[in-house]
Amino acid sequence: MTLEPHRTDTEDQHPSARPILVLYAHPSPDRSEVNRHLAEAATSIPGVNLVDLYGEYPDYGIDVDREQARLLAHEVIVFLHPLYWYSTPAILKEWQDLVLEHGFAYGTEGTALHGKVFFSALTAGGPELAYRAEGFHHFSIRELLNPLEQSAHLCGMVYLPPFALFSARTAVEEGRLDAHILEWVDLLKALRDDRLDISRAQQLPKLNGELSALIRQE
Amino acid sequence: MDGMLFRLFVYLCAAVIAVPIAKRLGLGSVLGYLIAGIVIGPLLGLVGSETSEIQHFAELGVVMMLFLIGLELDPSTLWAMRTRLLGMGGLQVALSAALIALAALALGTDWRLALAVGLIFSLSSTAIVMQTLTEKGLSGTQGGRSSFSVLLFQDIALVPLLALLPLLASPELLLIDADALVHAPQAAGSETLAHAAEMSLVAGLPGWAHGLVVLGAIASVLLGGHFLSRPLLRFVAESRLREIFTAAVLLLVVAIALLMTLVDLSPALGTFIAGVILANSEFRHELESDIEPFKGLLLGLFFITVGAGIDFEILFGDFATVLGLTIGVILLKGCVLFGLARLFRLKTMDRWLFTLGLAQAGEFGFVLLNFSMSNSVIAMEDAKLLSLVVALSMLLTPALFVIYDRLILPHKSRAEPADADEIDEQGPVIIAGIGRFGQIVNRLLIASGIRTVVLDHEASQIETQHRFGIKSFFGDATRPDLLRAAGIEEAQLLIVAIDDRDRAVQLVEYVKRRYPSVKVLARAFDVNHLYLLRKAGADVALREVFDASLRLSAEALKQLGMHAFKVEKMARAFRRHDEAGLDQLYELWDEHPDVAKNRALLARAREHRETLAVLMETDRLQLHDRTERGWTPPPKGAQASSK
Repeated sequence: MTLEPHRTDTEDQHPSARPILVLYAHPSPDRSEVNRHLAEAATSIPGVNLVDLYGEYPDYGIDVDREQARLLAHEVIVFLHPLYWYSTPAILKEWQDLVLEHGFAYGTEGTALHGKVFFSALTAGGPELAYRAEGFHHFSIRELLNPLEQSAHLCGMVYLPPFALFSARTAVEEGRLDAHILEWVDLLKALRDDRLDISRAQQLPKLNGELSALIRQE
Repeated sequence: MDGMLFRLFVYLCAAVIAVPIAKRLGLGSVLGYLIAGIVIGPLLGLVGSETSEIQHFAELGVVMMLFLIGLELDPSTLWAMRTRLLGMGGLQVALSAALIALAALALGTDWRLALAVGLIFSLSSTAIVMQTLTEKGLSGTQGGRSSFSVLLFQDIALVPLLALLPLLASPELLLIDADALVHAPQAAGSETLAHAAEMSLVAGLPGWAHGLVVLGAIASVLLGGHFLSRPLLRFVAESRLREIFTAAVLLLVVAIALLMTLVDLSPALGTFIAGVILANSEFRHELESDIEPFKGLLLGLFFITVGAGIDFEILFGDFATVLGLTIGVILLKGCVLFGLARLFRLKTMDRWLFTLGLAQAGEFGFVLLNFSMSNSVIAMEDAKLLSLVVALSMLLTPALFVIYDRLILPHKSRAEPADADEIDEQGPVIIAGIGRFGQIVNRLLIASGIRTVVLDHEASQIETQHRFGIKSFFGDATRPDLLRAAGIEEAQLLIVAIDDRDRAVQLVEYVKRRYPSVKVLARAFDVNHLYLLRKAGADVALREVFDASLRLSAEALKQLGMHAFKVEKMARAFRRHDEAGLDQLYELWDEHPDVAKNRALLARAREHRETLAVLMETDRLQLHDRTERGWTPPPKGAQASSK
């Protein structure tokens, strides 16, 4: 029995090969220096729909039906967030706990997400060199995101390594933001138009850096 | 009686015809009034000698305008503009007076007369300039604010000028006039200031006593304005009779004006001071909206009398001289103003506004010319001629503003891109009603750094707010003029939290119709009121007791031992169910708002209640399950079978 009012999502219905859903999670977007701009850039791309999770569910009361409908309507799912304690901000964990239901996302009948592409676009405060066995954080960024990677596998999704910006706190001052945004936009467009070499991308430690080699130009 | 009605008819008729036409032609209302005056006075001869008498009365309009200007400026704002006020204003008066005096000397006048004329023509017209600036929405710009500072300084300078001018009396005129003036020279001089002059408190007093009386008068305005006016207004407000409140406000203004004229001070200055003192009071917006229409009409009347008072005989008899002098004065003042604008680094647009706006002579010119004449400073025929120059320069001012509009303003976009300093602060949030509901709203907004304007018609409520240091204003928020005074035109939000449910709906309806860009958030008493508010256009309407009841019931569940997070989920589910039902019922309600007769609505309401009852009683787990989604573990053994 459904008691919810019927909500029609007025989301962009771009006739693209792979519509993209960006789940944006930043608890204080007004202080964001990088994620906010990535979110803005994403909203301006046809075929990309962005959901500001903290904005839509300020009390963490995630609407499971609505979120599942969104997942069904898109082929590429992206988490856009700063790295908090080697993971996502809390609302994205809440989103996983609630939306990735048994019988929907996993389990014998849970095949709704099969074949969809998933990756995380994140910003990390530490320098890239710190994310390795000898470094301060002891693990590579891809290793640290193993729970996400395995969750994606459990849901039958195609997992891509993270699109990561390191030393994010000084990115603006050092003039690295604009290039990062351009790369982000290129990546989303390539995914949307199915121009990214998925199997090669899956092997990388992170998505950005050598991206242009993986994108087939139109 | 007939005569009075006829004159009233003529004045109103002229204004009603001329002003809208002038506005339509882009000339501004001031020029419209002036033209109306010329038509009914010198042109058609419908009004005659009584004009100057009416003009004295109409000067109350100028007085009220200064009162209103004062209300907009609290003491701290006034203090903040001291540099501009003294620097710009002082230099403008001194330099203009010097330059005009030099020009007069060059034309061969006696130095005393030259200096007197210089001082008289250094003043500009507060009435025309402020009215035009406000009308064109330019009073907030840098040029507008600078103009205002200069005008304010001139109004203050009127006081020493009145003391100074008699010292410039020409010995010859004194001899001639000696007989005529031997009786009461002082009284004769003051008569031009107001009718009350014959009751002057200071006539014939020695200098020190005069000074003391003047100081006493100013002190009484300051102290009375600060300590007496508010309790008085509060007392009157308690009577809930609007016209008596208006009468009290008028009384306040007239009383101060009278007091000032009794001691030979500018009544405009006195009411300005009173305005500044009341600028921080809770009655500010109510005072503004009560005085505003009187000010507008009287000021209009004043401009009509200026137009009607133009003596065409002298004008056409000596047209070249009058025109030459007028243009000369405007040019000289313009040069001084332009120089000052450069000195004080005004931007190009503002510099021209400042220069063109203030180049005329002012209404105080008439006053000072009459005063000088009766003090033997200037001969009668010269005074008449110069009065004409003052009038003509005022008449030309709207034309100068037209030059600004047509020739200067179009260059703006190219000359100056964006003016970062001038971005107006964000529009306020207006809160109508500061009872128990409005108070909480206001506290959170203020704590978040939002500027609010609070309105309430209960004087006692406002007083309580003041005790807590919350700025709020007395007045009925459903009155359009008060809303305007509170700034509804620039407001971002209006929050309706007034106790009268019908008027709340009317207020929402009016504001959404008149100012569609203002978002309206309203407190509803119950579902029916909520629907009425929503239909009236409220962007958000919330039932006042819903949240508190829900919280209390949640507390009850917790007291019964239910886990707090489970209670939270239950309450959320309940809220969603309720809000969804509210939306569904609204559609039915909207078709037929008479609830008692709306069968479909009643049926649906019953159905909605029942679904909740079913949910909660017979299938209790269903609701739990829905709230438990995602935290519910998969069926045993499911994990193994997946992948």
